[in-house]
Amino acid sequence: MTATASIDGDSGGAAWRRPNRARLLWLLATLALFAALCLLSIAVGSRCVPWSEIFSALGGATDTIGEAAVTKRIPRTVMAALAGASLALCGAAMQGATRNPLAEPGLLGINMGAALAVVVGMVWFGLATAAAYVWTAIAGAAVAAVFVYAVASLGRGGVTPLKLALAGAATTVAFTSFVTAIVLRRSDLAEGVQSWQIGGVGGATFDSVVQVLPFLAAGFLLAMLSARRLNTLALGDELAAGLGERVAIARAVAALGAVLLCGATTAVCGPIAFVGLLVPHVVRLLVGIDYRWVLPFSALGGACLLMAADIVGRIIARPMELDVGIVTAFIGAPVFIWIVRNFRVREL
Amino acid sequence: MNARFGTAPDLVDAMTAERAGRSRRRRIVIGVMLLVLAAVFVLTLTVGQSVTPIGDVIRVIMGERVPGASFTVGTLRLPRATLSIVTGLCFGLGGVAFQTMLRNPLASPDIIGISASASAAAVFAIVILSLTGPAVSAFAIAGGLGIAILIYLLSFREGVVGARIILIGIGLAAMLHSFIAYVLSRAAAWDYNDALRWLTGSVNGATWGEVLPALAALVIFGGMLLGRSRALEMLRLGDDTAAALGVRVSRTRIVVLVAAVGLISFATAAAGPIAFVAFLSGPIAARIVRRNGPLLVPGALVGALLVLLCDYAGQFLLGTRYPVGVVTGALGAPFLIYLIVRANRAGGSL
Repeated sequence: MTATASIDGDSGGAAWRRPNRARLLWLLATLALFAALCLLSIAVGSRCVPWSEIFSALGGATDTIGEAAVTKRIPRTVMAALAGASLALCGAAMQGATRNPLAEPGLLGINMGAALAVVVGMVWFGLATAAAYVWTAIAGAAVAAVFVYAVASLGRGGVTPLKLALAGAATTVAFTSFVTAIVLRRSDLAEGVQSWQIGGVGGATFDSVVQVLPFLAAGFLLAMLSARRLNTLALGDELAAGLGERVAIARAVAALGAVLLCGATTAVCGPIAFVGLLVPHVVRLLVGIDYRWVLPFSALGGACLLMAADIVGRIIARPMELDVGIVTAFIGAPVFIWIVRNFRVREL
Repeated sequence: MNARFGTAPDLVDAMTAERAGRSRRRRIVIGVMLLVLAAVFVLTLTVGQSVTPIGDVIRVIMGERVPGASFTVGTLRLPRATLSIVTGLCFGLGGVAFQTMLRNPLASPDIIGISASASAAAVFAIVILSLTGPAVSAFAIAGGLGIAILIYLLSFREGVVGARIILIGIGLAAMLHSFIAYVLSRAAAWDYNDALRWLTGSVNGATWGEVLPALAALVIFGGMLLGRSRALEMLRLGDDTAAALGVRVSRTRIVVLVAAVGLISFATAAAGPIAFVAFLSGPIAARIVRRNGPLLVPGALVGALLVLLCDYAGQFLLGTRYPVGVVTGALGAPFLIYLIVRANRAGGSL
């Protein structure tokens, strides 16, 4: 017992003390990528706009069609960056809090819980303001998260990746049915809900960005503050408790941050899957397992991924646009499969 | 000593009696289920928006032309009820086969992406390639089989582990669902109700042209499955035990996989991926027949009853007309919780 513990400790320590210089290099590279993607996202679209007009549009001009198009791309870029950062950070925090490699808001049905809550609010409680949507979506995400986790934790072996994924998949099907059942009675809402079944950032405006910003900031703060605690939790519940960590509180804080992030994002963009799963795993390969690095890197990487997915979606099906949720699903599923093949999967 | 020798024949007698009792009980239960199914079938044919006398229903089925009843019963209700039963049987059989083979009640084809794939292929054929009729069924089957093979190959690493099949299936299902939603959003001419058929499943507007391929699949693939019924039951004990008992594990797996995927794909091509029927049938059947023998036949009957009853409820009992998949999907959620709580308390699966 002690022998295995010390071996684990050593191998963990090796990854822990990854030279900071390598991390800083990766940080610089990611920041450069981020900046490049920001520029691309503003420059590239179904309409080709010359650089001179792009710069005048950035200065505030909307005189030509090109400039107007660019002006519409700016909030979209901001939203893509924010949504990607939030979802990836949410995924990293959830993976840390549940100590489970497959924890992710999309696959676990948490995004669908947010969607169901918003639809229920619209139809039965007459919600109509964007702020109300955000609150309802966060509440729905919280309920769904607790529900899925509770279902998965019943029975032998605690919360295994398999049980968590199954509970999430089944919950998603059930929630989707409820959404459909509600929407069928209200054909006036059908159009809006149907377009909401795939996540997208195409309709983002600065108003919608401002609406969710406080929630995202709160979630961001909570997740970042729990980085050190997540490191302790990664040692296992008993060891963390032995080191003086209040395990339940550490878990609750990280989970609250995660729920705020994915609930608010879903309220504006609809369900976008796989970002929260994929980014933290790639980040761990680059910077090691220390959550003080994994969390901020995940946020940055998520922003890059979603902006890139959005750009790809705009180019690949010209003159039409592919919603960003489709692109992330097709990038994310292979990565998911890679993770499943490489982690030892415990039986249910 | 004498007493000890004397017990052996007694024990054999007791076991024989016990087995006879069990199989009698099982036959009674299956008989009752068949009766209930027939009763519900007759009910859905006679009572709808209007009540048709049972004599007229029988005359329509015999092929006579009855003014008024010929259209309501012959064109509307009969194909719909038949399609419900056939797809229910297909989903029930396919679901039980998967759940038994992977030893996990949650590993049903609707959760691990087989139905989603068949549906995605069908939607692709209809919306993008503008195909109709048998070509769509062909696409659905190719999609279902393709994804099953893909899942199998991807999860093949130092042998196939059940857990890995399930997880990879869930990942692919999530991808396919967003693909379906995307293709449907491209088809501007479709309204939400048409789209729902491929998202949750529906038997609205059923025709004989939809029933026949599914029926053929039921006969062929259903027969294949029932022929492997005993081997499938032994797989439940674990691969090693089954191999020790003389089951050729890999071959059984492949035959069962092909048959189950065929059933699910044909049923999906006919009625869409009716949510949770494949998932619910096996566990419900297990609760009805207890531990008396294989679940394939009772599971199939439960599937047929589920689709028939839920479609009827969706049409007439809930105010708005809901497609059957919405009703079964909403039913699945509470049952899922019940299943997980119960299965864990008992420490077993199914």
